[in-house]
Amino acid sequence: MNKNVKSKGYFGLIGLVAAITLGVLILIIGFILVRGIPNISLEFLTDSPRMMGKEGGIFPVIIGTLYVTLVSIIIATPIGVAAAIYFSEYAKKGKLINIIRFFTEVLAGIPSVIFGLFGFAFFVVFLGMGWSVISGGLTLSMMILPTLIRSTEESLKTVPVSYREGSLALGATKWETVKKVVLPCCKSGVLTGLILGIGRAIGETAAVMLTVGGSLKLPVSVFDSTRTMAVHLYTLASEGLSDEKTYATAALLIIIVLIINTLANYISGKLAKE
Amino acid sequence: MKTREKAIEKIILICAAVSTLAVALITIFIFSSGFPVLKSYGVFNFIFGENWRPTGGQYGILPLIAGTLGVTLGALIIGIPTGLGCAVFLAEMLKKRSARLFKAAIELLAGIPSVVYGFFGLAVIVPVIREYILPLVQKINPDASSSGFSVLAGAIILAIMILPTIVSISENSISAVPREFREASLALGADKRETITKVILPAAKSGIFSSIILAMGRAIGETMAVLLITGNMAQIPGSPLDSAATLTGTIAMEMSYATPEHQSALFAIGIILFVIIVILNSIAQAIMRKFGGMTA
Amino acid sequence: MAEKEKKFEIRDLDLYYGTFQALKKIDIDIYEKDITALIGPSGCGKSTFLRTLNRMNDLVEGCRIEGSILFDGEDIYGKDYDLIDLRKRAGMVFQKPNPFPKTIYENITYGPKIHGEKNKDKLDKIVEKTLREVGLWEEVKDRLNKSAIGLSGGQQQRLCIARCLSVEPEVILMDEPTSALDPVATTKIEALIQELVGKYSIIIVTHNMQQAARISNRTAFFLNGEILEIDDTEKIFTNPSNPKTEEYITGRFG
Repeated sequence: MNKNVKSKGYFGLIGLVAAITLGVLILIIGFILVRGIPNISLEFLTDSPRMMGKEGGIFPVIIGTLYVTLVSIIIATPIGVAAAIYFSEYAKKGKLINIIRFFTEVLAGIPSVIFGLFGFAFFVVFLGMGWSVISGGLTLSMMILPTLIRSTEESLKTVPVSYREGSLALGATKWETVKKVVLPCCKSGVLTGLILGIGRAIGETAAVMLTVGGSLKLPVSVFDSTRTMAVHLYTLASEGLSDEKTYATAALLIIIVLIINTLANYISGKLAKE
Repeated sequence: MKTREKAIEKIILICAAVSTLAVALITIFIFSSGFPVLKSYGVFNFIFGENWRPTGGQYGILPLIAGTLGVTLGALIIGIPTGLGCAVFLAEMLKKRSARLFKAAIELLAGIPSVVYGFFGLAVIVPVIREYILPLVQKINPDASSSGFSVLAGAIILAIMILPTIVSISENSISAVPREFREASLALGADKRETITKVILPAAKSGIFSSIILAMGRAIGETMAVLLITGNMAQIPGSPLDSAATLTGTIAMEMSYATPEHQSALFAIGIILFVIIVILNSIAQAIMRKFGGMTA
Repeated sequence: MAEKEKKFEIRDLDLYYGTFQALKKIDIDIYEKDITALIGPSGCGKSTFLRTLNRMNDLVEGCRIEGSILFDGEDIYGKDYDLIDLRKRAGMVFQKPNPFPKTIYENITYGPKIHGEKNKDKLDKIVEKTLREVGLWEEVKDRLNKSAIGLSGGQQQRLCIARCLSVEPEVILMDEPTSALDPVATTKIEALIQELVGKYSIIIVTHNMQQAARISNRTAFFLNGEILEIDDTEKIFTNPSNPKTEEYITGRFG
């Protein structure tokens, strides 16, 4: 009996903790959506900001976000996929691979503000790119690289050895086998990594803040300074310029995150079925 | 044909080495930018100096270290039991289908950008502390005061942010405990609670431990959320209700207007952070590699 | 056999996993201080049946049971039946040795501690007594505080039997206890089982027909979830009444 009571208490407590966690998630998302969505209008999405964002919309910021994100994935995707191919197809066991792997893990763990510092010192100052889309994109591409590598490698691993043997036995070279047989089998793995990378790039603030500057003008060249939505949200929130615009920007970010997570789940779910 | 294959292999190898190159570059640039201040000011004075007054040329980061430790410790105190509870809930109490949903929810928590967490903290947690928690504390200690921007606010938000790390890694290692252990325990007449606390959790302890270390690294490295809610006062906090500044927050906030010497000092903070995080992550990796597979 | 008490009485037992019926109308008595062997081809339901006796099937999602199992006259699937007490009285030894990743000492004291034994002296005594019972004491007495994972497969399985004995069960359910062991370790375990039978009722599932013949008194032959024949082991192996049984034991299928 005593045991029974203890057991009920234990599982009751765990259930409660889990319920609170779920509650917190719903609270955060609900709070921001409820306050933010009414402030998202067509004008907000398509207009330029006025008075430092106190009024008007966030069109240049949306474009800036897309621009920086696009640059980062264009740079990171080929490198990440190639790195994953190396790990799973070419690497022989040994010191070299261990070192490379170790540093990939290290890269994944570095805090974003350090990336920001580095991006500032290297791209902005040392290479003279200035606060710009390209500086931010390059910095972000380094940050999303480990995610891309991991996700691609996971799905490369699921391709049966027999496929490779089948192709090699027909006289195909290793690279032909990888390109024509192995890679096509893990499109969804690459895609999942890509989507998660995009999510990280859009949500990132500290690193971007130190590398893209904060211009509210519509960026044209990759060397223009710009501002992403996350940075804009930080500026609005810390300066208390306008509650409506702040909530609207936050809500937009949450909506993007929801879409991205749903997509990633959907694709990796499909992957699991294959 | 042969040369082409060789060339391709080389190119791919270079791509794989990009991460290593990146880490090397980061290390070089952060260290070389931060080194001047460390050298002229002295490493000891830098780390243990009690005054952070860049305008007065005083670069002691002890208050920042204290602020970071305060929020991190608070986050772990709240986050570890909650995260473990969720992991056990996920691995032991839910059926497959609901477990998938709960997992998706936890992943969503991981996907929310840190600046949004910061904003939520600013809009909800800071006022709640000022208007509800402070009066409660004042009943015991009438002298207590707080603007709401505090170590406590930072700890609460960080606790939520590190949950996904703790939950997903712990849940994986709990699920990896062989069924046989569970059956052996139940067959001896142990109930489910005893089986979980005395057999399954101990068997999964290396995974749980590394999840906690990784979570700690994440809490120390987090920037935007704490920047918005801890108040950014470079002082050693005396209570959870006091304002504080963290290592990361100080870098992000002061970089834009820093003089060259001040900038170098911020890079020096980066060096300290970098070293702490690399050490923590290496420990976590080593634990997982050593005990990663179940011992049996 | 008539003089022996009935330990388990199983009547009209059906077991379903979802819509699949894994056991059909099982009707069998298990006698006290006797060794009963359950044989049959893979997937015939013998392990499933064994696991109904200490209700380990409760762990399987969608598992449903009809009929009754009386343990010393009480229905173990009855509403108020104490599951913990059942598992204490009916211990189990598994196919693969499954010591906990703890020390040898902790493995054996796990059960007694769960059931409230805190006295260090008593726990020490239990450890020595059970390890002696399984013939492991001399081999491990100097390394009781070392991890059980370091033992050989055969030693691990004997440790698991000792762990099972630590809570003083009346019945030991053995699910192919030697299938993961080499021949030498198997011989040791078989000898051990025969020593234990004076004190405990043993039910053993085995793939190995020679093993059933060597150690058991009674044998039940399972096929497709049914018991086709149950009788004295000698009779089953020399003069089975069901032709299917004969086909199986002479190795024509299975």
